[in-house]
Amino acid sequence: DGNYCLTCGSDKSLKLWNPHKGTALRSYQGHGYEVLDAAGSFDNSQICSCGADKTVTLWDVATGQVVRKYRGHAGKVNCVQFNEEATVIVSGSIDSTVRCWDCRSRRPDPVQVLDEAKDGVSSVKVSDHEILSGSVDGRVRRYDLRAGQLYSDYLGSPITSVCFSRDGQCALAASLDSTLRLLDKDTGELLGEYTGHRSTAYRLDCVLSEQDTHVGCASEDGHVYFWDLVEGSLALSLPVGRGVVQSLDFHPSLPCLLAATQGQVQLWREDTFQPEEGDE
Amino acid sequence: AAAESSESEEEDAVSYGTALQPLQEGERIKKPVPLQEQTVKDAKGRYQRFHGAFTGGFSAGYFNTVGTKEGWTPSAFVSSRQKRADRTILGPEDFMDEEDLSEFGIAPKDITTTDDFASKAKDRIKEKARQIAGVVAAIPGTTAFDDLIGPSKITVGVELLRKMGWKEGQGIGPRVKRKPRRQKPDPAVKIYGCALPPGLSEGSEDEEDEYQPENVTFAPKDVMPVDLTPKENVHGLGYKGLDPSQALFGASGREHLNLFPGSSEDTSNLIGDLRHSKGRKLGITGQAFGVGALEEEDDDIYATETLSKYDTVLKDEEPGDGLYGWTAPKQYKSKKRSEREVKYIGKILDGFSLASKSPTPSKMYPPPDLPRNYRPVHYFRPVIAAGNENHHLRRALEESTGKLESDKTQQSRHALNAFQRRERLGETCLKGPAPSVLEYLSEKDRERLKEVKQASEQQMKAKMLPQQSPNSRLQPAPPDDASHKWQMLLGGQLANAGSSDFKPFARNPEKQKRYENFVKSLKQGEKDTLEHYLDPSMTEWERGREQEEFFRAAMFYKSSNSTLSSRFTRAKYEDDVDKVEVPRDQENDIDDKEAAVKMKMFGKLTRDKFEWHPEKLLCKRFNVPDPYPDSSIVGLPKVKRDKYSVFNFLTLPEATTSVTQATNEKIQQNNSLNKPKKPSRWDVSDKEKEKKDSISEFISLARSKADQQQQPPMPATEERGAGQSETTPAEVTNEDKEQEEESRPSMDLFKAIFVSSSDEKSSSSEEESDEEQEQTTSVIDSEITKQADLPDSSSSNVQENVAATADPGVSLLPVSKKELDTAEEFGPKLPPAFSSGRFYRFYRKEKHRKNREKHKTKREHKHKKEKKKKHKKQKSKGKHKNKKSEKDSSSDTADSSDSLSDVDTTGLSPKELLRR
Repeated sequence: DGNYCLTCGSDKSLKLWNPHKGTALRSYQGHGYEVLDAAGSFDNSQICSCGADKTVTLWDVATGQVVRKYRGHAGKVNCVQFNEEATVIVSGSIDSTVRCWDCRSRRPDPVQVLDEAKDGVSSVKVSDHEILSGSVDGRVRRYDLRAGQLYSDYLGSPITSVCFSRDGQCALAASLDSTLRLLDKDTGELLGEYTGHRSTAYRLDCVLSEQDTHVGCASEDGHVYFWDLVEGSLALSLPVGRGVVQSLDFHPSLPCLLAATQGQVQLWREDTFQPEEGDE
Repeated sequence: AAAESSESEEEDAVSYGTALQPLQEGERIKKPVPLQEQTVKDAKGRYQRFHGAFTGGFSAGYFNTVGTKEGWTPSAFVSSRQKRADRTILGPEDFMDEEDLSEFGIAPKDITTTDDFASKAKDRIKEKARQIAGVVAAIPGTTAFDDLIGPSKITVGVELLRKMGWKEGQGIGPRVKRKPRRQKPDPAVKIYGCALPPGLSEGSEDEEDEYQPENVTFAPKDVMPVDLTPKENVHGLGYKGLDPSQALFGASGREHLNLFPGSSEDTSNLIGDLRHSKGRKLGITGQAFGVGALEEEDDDIYATETLSKYDTVLKDEEPGDGLYGWTAPKQYKSKKRSEREVKYIGKILDGFSLASKSPTPSKMYPPPDLPRNYRPVHYFRPVIAAGNENHHLRRALEESTGKLESDKTQQSRHALNAFQRRERLGETCLKGPAPSVLEYLSEKDRERLKEVKQASEQQMKAKMLPQQSPNSRLQPAPPDDASHKWQMLLGGQLANAGSSDFKPFARNPEKQKRYENFVKSLKQGEKDTLEHYLDPSMTEWERGREQEEFFRAAMFYKSSNSTLSSRFTRAKYEDDVDKVEVPRDQENDIDDKEAAVKMKMFGKLTRDKFEWHPEKLLCKRFNVPDPYPDSSIVGLPKVKRDKYSVFNFLTLPEATTSVTQATNEKIQQNNSLNKPKKPSRWDVSDKEKEKKDSISEFISLARSKADQQQQPPMPATEERGAGQSETTPAEVTNEDKEQEEESRPSMDLFKAIFVSSSDEKSSSSEEESDEEQEQTTSVIDSEITKQADLPDSSSSNVQENVAATADPGVSLLPVSKKELDTAEEFGPKLPPAFSSGRFYRFYRKEKHRKNREKHKTKREHKHKKEKKKKHKKQKSKGKHKNKKSEKDSSSDTADSSDSLSDVDTTGLSPKELLRR
């Protein structure tokens, strides 16, 4: 999308913002516990969210109603993603499974359960034919549907966030040893390693910039760090706030960054450099 | 006279209605207007339209009320500066039509007599009651307004009474003759219940004059109605509103406060004089509203408090009374005044009368005597829970209270926990599978617990002797740092690398040391030197026990080392623990990967590649062709998927150090192998490590049994092999069974066959019988065609056929004859003989074909025989194990001797009958 911003919080609700203006568009309430992750569909018509109430919820954006609730996870659901056509919701949970839910049919049970992880799944990303999951057991698993293969890369430290590169060749993984690793998707080789930030306890996001030129990661010291992708040198550290920068997202096409910290969402732009804020 | 009377009547008579027009001669009588043509017009000649309550609508509104097309015209509001529009208050009459105001309208304006004037005599009873109420009411005179407001209507009862001849002022009831004189009541007759208040009824009667004529009856005297007004207010009982006549001038004081009537005579006189001299009007004027400026008698304001009201002179009231005066003792006073009290109370409440007997005084119980040393102050003795935390507090409190504890052991008895108590008592610990609750706690909680525990334990240790503590059995907590380091140092000495993890006596470092020495010596083979390592200060018994403990621990360690280590993974990424235990993942050794990660050699070393089968629907949803279109597997086919994923074990990261349930697990292992219930990880890992581990040979033995079962039928599972072996033994055995059943599925079939042949009612045989049926029917058809070729085949011919096949010595012939006669006769007869559903079906088919030639039935017999043959063939095939087969074989032999005829069926029939 790039036009809207979704925030979710421990107030059991989702909020839809216009990040460029800082206006709250809508609030979605219906979760029983805090909402841990949310994602919007490609056509902005639906929102999926997940939370500590072990459910994955599919929302209708316009009406604000719950379209479906998927129950099946045994624990908190950490992350949720739509696939490209918003026909499947992929959710990763602390119960060490990734579950693929069908949005089209009315099946209450998941299409497939990917339970290869040995520990909670902290992050999930979906490309057109791949599901990338990062788990606390230190592995990045990539399920290639087209090839019918599962690639599992061991990184040695609990993984907090994974991310595809825009060109689809690489996978970025942030782990709790305060390191970001850029892996070649096909071979699993380490292409780059980025350190300097602090990430030891929280589930922090990592991003790749819109041109795949930079690697960004939130940090617990209230900064957002940017490295040059190729050189691996620290390019920039944005002081976002004092607390932990919990979430991070990059605009799909513009040099525009969203960072969430301590109940605030900030929008960073390169040019104007005027943070427009909205309270979560 | 009659005419006069008629005239006078005419004058007097009142004529109603309009008189008919006098008939003119020669004019025909008008036809009455039919009902449907009758119309209603109002006074102005407008037609009225009748309508229901809800069906008037525009028509009725327009024609009946409005009358104009424009509807009601609003009143023009005109207001100018000079001429203000006077605001008119609209009453309901303004909205009424003129018809409504006429005589028969809603609000007639004619003057009519109202109820008030309908009867001139007012209801006196009511009047009386109202007067009474007026007196009683809080504000006197309010009921007077009621008179004005409420129209006093005569009730129906009163009206009826009046018609019956009752007059106001009389009592109600039959007329009675006055008794000449009321005699004195018979003293013998006791009157129960409340005595009537005097003066209500009798007093009035007494007033009657003496004169009573004989034949005159009187109406009963009117009875003053008892005031039954309920008490609605919150005033006290018997309270009456201020009587204006008494409220003024302190008259009430004269009545109520006059305790000494004898003495206050003159004062009352004085006040009375005062009042009369003032000549005031009675009423609520005057003092209640203060004294006006124009009034001259403002000296009277404090009249109620004048000194003249008080006694100024002390008189001798009664001899002896002067002693006490006002403060006279109670009993004395009451005794004195008992007879005077009646006067004092003065007014007795309505419905109450003075009691003649005074109530018996209630008995008084003196309060109990206080003990001499009683102190009326309570001090709290501090109550302290027997916990470790507040021990200091407790002691401080006890010291403060001066009760310094004399016996320390007794105190510590409460501070002991269950395990220590058990130790002291010498009880054996529970053997049952008691996983400590600690294992289910999260790590943080456990650490917190540990801290608390250590703190308390240090307190305990200060007091108590260091004990050899098997409570470490239930202590999954790892040792504190010192002992841990020590442990690590010592771990290197041991031959087995993993043994450092096994610290059964980690709680007690000395004991642990002893134990490790013991283990070392065990490994060196010197078993007798055990005693050297034992604490010399210990007693014999303790030593023996410890030795036994060591033995057991060593054995546990041996057996449980591998199982435990495979079952529990240590928390790998703890900061302080640099040693990572190797979890036997199905994905390759993480050790290598660790190393690779450390060397930053990502790539092949850290990569695992599996075949993974996505769900078809998922592929569809992702718009991706199914990579394995012909496979039905979903997920990882080669990787063992653990039902009980690591998620379950997440909370047990440190459990490697706990030896708590070594025995239990051993037992569980055995159990699980004997009667496998749960697939768990260590089962698999056992298998993996079978070669290395000296542990569980018997386990492997048991497992080999399972494997023997497993291997022959299941090459597929075997192929899965040691790497995964996902299927649990239970599943394996199940599958074995299934496969076995599939490999020789015929048992049930055989049974079914035998049962069907012998006991032909069994429904299980129907499938087969159906097949046979088909065969036979086909044969039948063929024969039908054959016989159809033979036109009008004679019965004798058929009989010959039968005779050729059937045994001549058998009594079939008459039957066959009968059969020849009618098919119907044959029908009912057969079923007892061939009582099976199958044969019955044949029979029904017969019925269908009944219309055909008769001798078809004969052919049926033939077919039956053929069938029998088939049966026997099958029997001979299936003659494996069944008892029934033996039976049948015997019958078969008998049958064969009987040369295959219907006879054998008839011969069988008694058996069947018996079986039924």
